[in-house]
Amino acid sequence: AYKRFSELLPKEERESACSARVPKSHILTLPELRANPFQHRICHVFSTSETGDGSMSFEDFLDMLSVFSDSATLDVKSHYAFRIFDFDNDGTLDRKDLEQLVNCLTGHGEESRLSSAEMEQLIQNILEESDIDKDGTINLAEFQHVVSRSPDFARCGGLQR
Amino acid sequence: DSQQADTERLSRWKKWRRTSSKSLKKALGEVKGLSSYLVLWQHDIHSIEGKFGTGIQSYFSFLRFLVLLNFIIFIIMFSFVTLPMIVSEYGLFNSTIAYISPRNIEDNCTIYEPSGNKGLVYYYTYLKDLFSGTGFLEMTSLFYGYYTIDAVWISIMRYNLPLAYLLATFAYLALSFLWIIKRSVEGFTQNLVHDADPFQSYCNKVFAGWDFCITDPNAARLKHRSLQYELQMDLQEEKLKQKIAQRTMKEKLRIYSLRIFINIIVVAILLGCFYSIYRVTVFSQEKSTVSIRNDTRTDSVNLLVQYLPSMVITLANFIGPLIFSFLITFEDYTPTFEIRLTLMRCVFVRLANIGVLMFSLWSQISDCGTDKCKPCGYNYKLYPCWESDVGQEMYKLMIFDFIVILAVPLFMDFPRKLLVTHCSCKLIQWFGQQEFQISDNVLEIIYGQTICWIGTFFSPLLPAIATVKYFIIFYIKKFILIHVCKPAARPIRASGSNFFFLAVLLIGLILAFVPLGFSIARIPSSKACGPFRNFNTSWEVIPDTILEFPTAVQQILFGMASEAFAVPFFMI
Repeated sequence: AYKRFSELLPKEERESACSARVPKSHILTLPELRANPFQHRICHVFSTSETGDGSMSFEDFLDMLSVFSDSATLDVKSHYAFRIFDFDNDGTLDRKDLEQLVNCLTGHGEESRLSSAEMEQLIQNILEESDIDKDGTINLAEFQHVVSRSPDFARCGGLQR
Repeated sequence: DSQQADTERLSRWKKWRRTSSKSLKKALGEVKGLSSYLVLWQHDIHSIEGKFGTGIQSYFSFLRFLVLLNFIIFIIMFSFVTLPMIVSEYGLFNSTIAYISPRNIEDNCTIYEPSGNKGLVYYYTYLKDLFSGTGFLEMTSLFYGYYTIDAVWISIMRYNLPLAYLLATFAYLALSFLWIIKRSVEGFTQNLVHDADPFQSYCNKVFAGWDFCITDPNAARLKHRSLQYELQMDLQEEKLKQKIAQRTMKEKLRIYSLRIFINIIVVAILLGCFYSIYRVTVFSQEKSTVSIRNDTRTDSVNLLVQYLPSMVITLANFIGPLIFSFLITFEDYTPTFEIRLTLMRCVFVRLANIGVLMFSLWSQISDCGTDKCKPCGYNYKLYPCWESDVGQEMYKLMIFDFIVILAVPLFMDFPRKLLVTHCSCKLIQWFGQQEFQISDNVLEIIYGQTICWIGTFFSPLLPAIATVKYFIIFYIKKFILIHVCKPAARPIRASGSNFFFLAVLLIGLILAFVPLGFSIARIPSSKACGPFRNFNTSWEVIPDTILEFPTAVQQILFGMASEAFAVPFFMI
């Protein structure tokens, strides 16, 4: 893992890789993240930089790999997934977050978006299925409950390593 | 301090356990990685999965499964039936043949002179024989008629060839059945888990929909499209279900009567297909038995006539699905049900066509009007060795199927693609390239496999041809997929389709049981050729052999076959 991290740095900084921070643009060149629609959110969630520019140190990199590995528990994965899906960082998944989430999933470009009627219907269905306290948003507990009963989450929530 | 030393020792033991389990896991992972090289086409199928999605990948792993299945069936038939024959032919291992002439049979029944090529013939007769299975090919080990002996003596052991022939047939049928069931059980449990909670399907798709292992941008695009399609389909279906629930009585009446009417049309089309296949088979069988071998023109016409049933069946298999997909748009079902129903109808057409062919062959063979089959129980004048004839028919079907699978992409899809890429005419661009239709391709290979299952009893080397055929088809389909077709606009989910392919294959196998059972147990075996000359029907070998066992064993076997035992046995 250290080797992969240091490969992302430009040549001059390789020796001091332990303490260096890799800018976001370089992180996004990783093959696992390149095709991932949540790449920006992933960088943002795992980065601990104060400036909020999404750069990651080696510890952040290790954090990311450990959450995505096969041996991470469902709790850990669902916790981080919640943070990744929470686009406005307010601690709950409200309608806007869900809308952005679905748009990320269906792809970029105009023809790949759902129509607004379909989006309404979809968000309605999602909230019906997962919102237990009926407040119109999904908090962490509800999210973890829904995800624990989902057969696909454990299989696909991991990077191949 | 002893306690401290104890804890140190304990943690050292734990440390050792942990490091050893880690290195064991690593070693196992590496072994698994290496063993993936041994599996046939693992790398190809993986790359297809990455680029085209799991739906298409399931087609190719299904194809690989059929190659392996056919290869193993070939090994079974070869080692138990053909190998002893060859060993005795060449006298290896001090072996001799036991040939018992049939008793109590009229001489007329035993006349069988396959017209092998004697003397000087034109070279093209060999080609013609290769395609129609007659001539020189009829006397080779490819067909049933070659195995005209009763036992093989290898040194002092007596090898009962008729019994081996029948048991090998049962063995390959049972093996196919069990293997398919095993594979479908794996798929079924996956399916169950997948649909475990229908109340949560939307959350499942949205929160866990993205496969984080995708690294290829093409695959990512494909995944985006398939997610979009799935979500849209689900939403559409929900809206349609609501609409259906709100239908008025008048509308319901109209729709049901429309559906009944269309089903009647479908049944009429099917009956038309069946009738034409029957007439064509009868015609082809009658005409091809009177062949003059020296005239070029009549020979080629003769070849055409012999292939007429195959052509009609292929035509019906092609037109049927087109008509069905046109008709179903009027029936106003939900999209998933539409797809399933069309698929069911196509499956039925394909498999029933084979059934009708077998039925028409049998009606010819047992055509006992005007005393044609008095002495022998079957139409011995036209069919002195009817099993070889049926084997030839299956052989022709298989060859023609292979030719069609080769020719259609070559002459239809490839020029279409060339036109689309080089000609910018609006009409052609709108027509577009051919899509890779998974369900059509799967039905094609299931059809071929059913022919192979039925035909192997009459032509023991047919599985070898099938193995080679599917092997070549893999590379052809892969080439078409990558270079000729455009990706399907409607991606299919793999887990459901895997189970569906195996279910249809199972239906094909059960369909294959029927003609085989009928010809083994009901139709008298030919007295002029084959290992079952001395028995009334092929099945009689088994009761005869059992009667030779000591009485105690007989009692046990009869006990097993009695109902009290057999029914619970089959239940389990």
